[in-house]
Amino acid sequence: MTVTATPAPSRQLGWHLTGILGELMVTLGVLVLAFVGWQLWWTDVVGNRAQADIVTNLHWAPVPTPAAAAPVVVDKRHDASPAIPEPQHEVTFATLLVPRWGADYDRPVSQGVDRAGVLDRLGIGHYPGTAMPGDVGNFAISGHRTTYGKPFNRIAELQVGDPLVVRTADLWFVYRVTSTEIVLPSKVAVIAPVPDKPGAAPSERMITLTTCNPMFSARERFVVHGVLDYWIPASAGFPAEITGGA
Amino acid sequence: MYGWLWRNLPGPSWVRALVLAVAALVVLAVCFLWVFPAIAPYMPFNNTTVGGGQ
Repeated sequence: MTVTATPAPSRQLGWHLTGILGELMVTLGVLVLAFVGWQLWWTDVVGNRAQADIVTNLHWAPVPTPAAAAPVVVDKRHDASPAIPEPQHEVTFATLLVPRWGADYDRPVSQGVDRAGVLDRLGIGHYPGTAMPGDVGNFAISGHRTTYGKPFNRIAELQVGDPLVVRTADLWFVYRVTSTEIVLPSKVAVIAPVPDKPGAAPSERMITLTTCNPMFSARERFVVHGVLDYWIPASAGFPAEITGGA
Repeated sequence: MYGWLWRNLPGPSWVRALVLAVAALVVLAVCFLWVFPAIAPYMPFNNTTVGGGQ
């Protein structure tokens, strides 16, 4: 009698290769999960730390806490503010404070809206060529709503009338939300000097925020428009909006 | 693949387990520091700007 239980060599090889393929696919699955963890958790850890460091390293006077007796400004300026030249790419020139997003919300705004240079690394970015803070026109900025420190995470909570406070080295600007809209990514007109009216000559001092919509998707853009309420020089104190006085 | 690795690493089993754990951590660190940041811009989500496809 002969023994026939031993499989043919080619069949053994087939099982062997199947085993290797299975191990490779399991490995790939683990790496994909690791990528999700990196994107959803680690980029926030790094981004929040980096953006806080940038604000600290500007060495601007700390915002007084609401409890402290802050020098609240009564002389709100509505005339033309000193022009701010557009800075070089990746230069941080302002911070954004939004009381609706918490008293400690203070994020850097840097020149440029490319992801590798600005949005993934420095936080909020300023669309090159759009107005600077206080200019007649549209000060247009963009930021992540999820991941990379998610500076615009709570954008959907903004209400009409909410202050959007922009701070530069010498000036404070208090904008107020006028409208929100959800548009397709191709709608560049939202950052036109007169929002949604490309080519029109601007007469108002606007601000526009753009971010992704819905969260974790690039299908649409969530857009917030605002108009300048007033400005003050930094030497005059702090806007009441950020010190709990308004 | 992993079976072959296990059979061919030297030392007692606890040493082999340690070597493999360290190797896995190194792979993860390389991914977090260089690989994932490099491929993230090509993922079809997370774009926040209008126009330009950024």
